[in-house]
Amino acid sequence: MAQAIAFYFIAACILGFAVLVVTTRDTVHSVLFLVLDFLFVAALYVLLGAQFLAAIQVLVYAGGIVVLYLFVVMLVNLKRPPEAHEDPHRRTKLGFGLAAAVLLELGAIAVYGSVNPAAPMPATPAIPVSGNTEQVGWLLYTSYLIPFEIASMLLLVAMIGAIVLAKREL
Amino acid sequence: MLSAYIPIAMFVAVATGFAIFTIVFSNLLHPHKYNKVKLEPYECGIEPATDARDRYSIRYYLVAMLFVIFDVETVFMFPWAVIFNKLALFGLIEMMVFIFILVVGYYYAWQKGALEWV
Repeated sequence: MAQAIAFYFIAACILGFAVLVVTTRDTVHSVLFLVLDFLFVAALYVLLGAQFLAAIQVLVYAGGIVVLYLFVVMLVNLKRPPEAHEDPHRRTKLGFGLAAAVLLELGAIAVYGSVNPAAPMPATPAIPVSGNTEQVGWLLYTSYLIPFEIASMLLLVAMIGAIVLAKREL
Repeated sequence: MLSAYIPIAMFVAVATGFAIFTIVFSNLLHPHKYNKVKLEPYECGIEPATDARDRYSIRYYLVAMLFVIFDVETVFMFPWAVIFNKLALFGLIEMMVFIFILVVGYYYAWQKGALEWV
């Protein structure tokens, strides 16, 4: 019961701050609301018993990614005159269309899930360690070894991409 | 298990409450007389020349991007370090492969002068 109340409170905060992120006029304020949003997502992870993920969410998202967002905000010219946009409602129809499509898709998944319940999860291989971080580590470095190594390639591509893009301007 | 987070919840509540209390209380107390100097970001020191929301050099972005990448690299090392005893040599080799791939990127960044602040 308390779990459900906490979940709905956190979910409402996440949605509320997400709305503030897209509606706030000042882009820097919008990024600050994004920090709050990330923190509440971390709270959601705690509620699910994933403490390690929650700590990472705070460290990487609320810390690192937001710094990146702030620098992007500071890079672009925010003082563009409003007439640069021809018609602010030009894409409204497209937005509503896409939102309706996503809603339809979610509904279809929900209906399909209740009609056709998923098969029980295959038994996970025995994990010889206890503790949240240890278990994450064990799965990551044994069963999911290839995705882990691919992640380093992804980081390398991101690093080289950023340098190539930025170097032209230096 | 979740009761272990009560101190954190209290900490968050006190921090938020203190911030709100300070703003509201000082707003109620202080005299409301404004002039141009009072509305500036700093009452003392160097006078602001331009608006704070100006375009910054792309070097900041590059530094932030590299920071996030190495931040994520460190994050991968946490779960590895706590079970290193169990993973033994196999774990050491896989982490070496991981770090080697990123060192290639580090070398590239170094050679391109992305770490230099000219």
